[in-house]
Parts: sequence; structure tokens; C-alpha cells
Amino acid sequence: MKTYSLSRTGEALGALGDPTRRTIFEQLAEEPAAVVDLAARLPVSRPAVSQHLKVLKEVGLVRDVQVGTRHVYSLDPVGIEGMREYLDRFWSRALASFKARVEQHLESTPEQRTEQPLQEEP
Amino acid sequence: MSSNPTAVSTSITVEAPVERAFRVFTEDIASWWPSEHHIIGVPLATMVFEPKAGGAVYDVGEDGSRCQWARVVAYEPPTRVVFSWDISLQWQVETDPARASEVEVRFVPEGDTRTRVELEHRHLDRHGDGWEGLRDAVGSSGGWRLVLGQFADRMRKASVDRR
Repeated sequence: MKTYSLSRTGEALGALGDPTRRTIFEQLAEEPAAVVDLAARLPVSRPAVSQHLKVLKEVGLVRDVQVGTRHVYSLDPVGIEGMREYLDRFWSRALASFKARVEQHLESTPEQRTEQPLQEEP
Repeated sequence: MSSNPTAVSTSITVEAPVERAFRVFTEDIASWWPSEHHIIGVPLATMVFEPKAGGAVYDVGEDGSRCQWARVVAYEPPTRVVFSWDISLQWQVETDPARASEVEVRFVPEGDTRTRVELEHRHLDRHGDGWEGLRDAVGSSGGWRLVLGQFADRMRKASVDRR
């Protein structure tokens, strides 16, 4: 379950890597909207908007409710599980950084601030 | 691994004596804290972890400003430290202690040169109504929009390695 959650978070973040999708996501953060509303505001066709919304929905970032004949999309409240996923990732990263530091043999004074980047990703 | 729905836990084993592990984690926190995870709004100069119960944990900006984001709840060298997590769902300093979560770190010696570090971040529910704050956070600059964007950029770079 945990693995599933983590990979889902990765998918969600990956989905936001697309600039148009991120714009749609941000638009929905402002207010819920239907496909036609979004297509009217963005330089993207309705089918393209629908496709982006489908991806965002699949990874759990947005949800839709039917209002009359329209599907209105809004952000999916992430709930506490989202926070857990985020912190899980954060602490894993932080402890890995801590391990790299603590295993360096040079001692350091408490006040010392090292500006060296800690294990930047390639 | 915690099954508590309002907590996350993780652990790591480091090749260092327990005293050193404890000291680096606390007083030398600036040397390892992920550099992109600071809520102070100006370039970071250092971080301070006051080594005592009731102490403060704060970022110090290059302009001298201070941003306290934790309070030391328990300080028991070299085996245990507990501090509050005074960071809100909107990724800003939480001034109401009742809405802060808590981090406990235990340092378990495994011989003279190895230490197991067990971390639990708990009472996440104190932050409020789940993470439905996402919507508000995304709308605020420097909030989730920034965090998610950074992660997304990072992942995109990792997978595509430049367009």
C-alpha cells in the first residue's frame, strides 16, 4: 500500500511536469471549471483539455462532478494521505543527506554552515 | 513502518558513533538539511538548533532575519530528541502550537561505530482538515505550487535530461 501511494505521488508530480497540464491544474486551484471554460481561457482545444484532465484525474489530482449536463472539474482534496506521502519522501531524502554528512570523517563545529551542495541529482 | 494514519516513520543506519550521529543531527543540522526545504523568504545564511529542551530551531537569512519553525520538546543526548513541526499546510510558520505536529528521533547504538536513527513524524492531523489545504496552498505563492513545481521540474530533468 505504501509503495502504491509513493508511486502515485510520483505519477502526480510527473503529470504536473507538462506545462499545459500545470496551467490547467493552477486554473482549477483558482476555481472549479468545465472543459469549455478551460478551453476558452487557454490556447488549447477542447479535446486536448479533456485529455489533460483525464491524466490529472487518473493520478488523483483533480476530480469531476456532474452539474446538469456539464462535468465540473476541481482539485481533488488530497487529504492527510497526501501529507504523509509528501513527508515520507521528505524525510527519506533528509535522512539520506544526514547519513552522507555524518559519515564524513571530518569533525565540524556546531555553527559551521557548509554551503556545499548535498548530493545534487545528476 | 508505522501503520498509524496520522504519522510517518522512517529509519536509516549510519556508520558513526551514536554521540556523533546525535550531534550532527541537532547542532549541525545546517550541514545536511535539504537546501530547497526552507520556508524563510530570503537567501539562507545558516540554521540554528538550540541544544536544550525548550530551545528554538530556526533559519537565519543572509539579511539577519530569523524564521523559527520548530521548538525542541525533548533533548536527551545522545539517544533521543523531539521537536515540534511548526509549519502549516500552507507551508508557512504555524503560530498556533495546537496546530503543530511533532518529530521524534531516536538514536540506537549498534556497536561502537554504527547507529540506527529512527524518525517518527506524528500528530499530522493537528495541522487541520487533512490536506485539503492543498487548494489554498496552491494558490499562495511559495506554497505547494512552488513545492510541486520544483519536484515536477526535478523529475522531468531526471527523466528527460533537458528538452
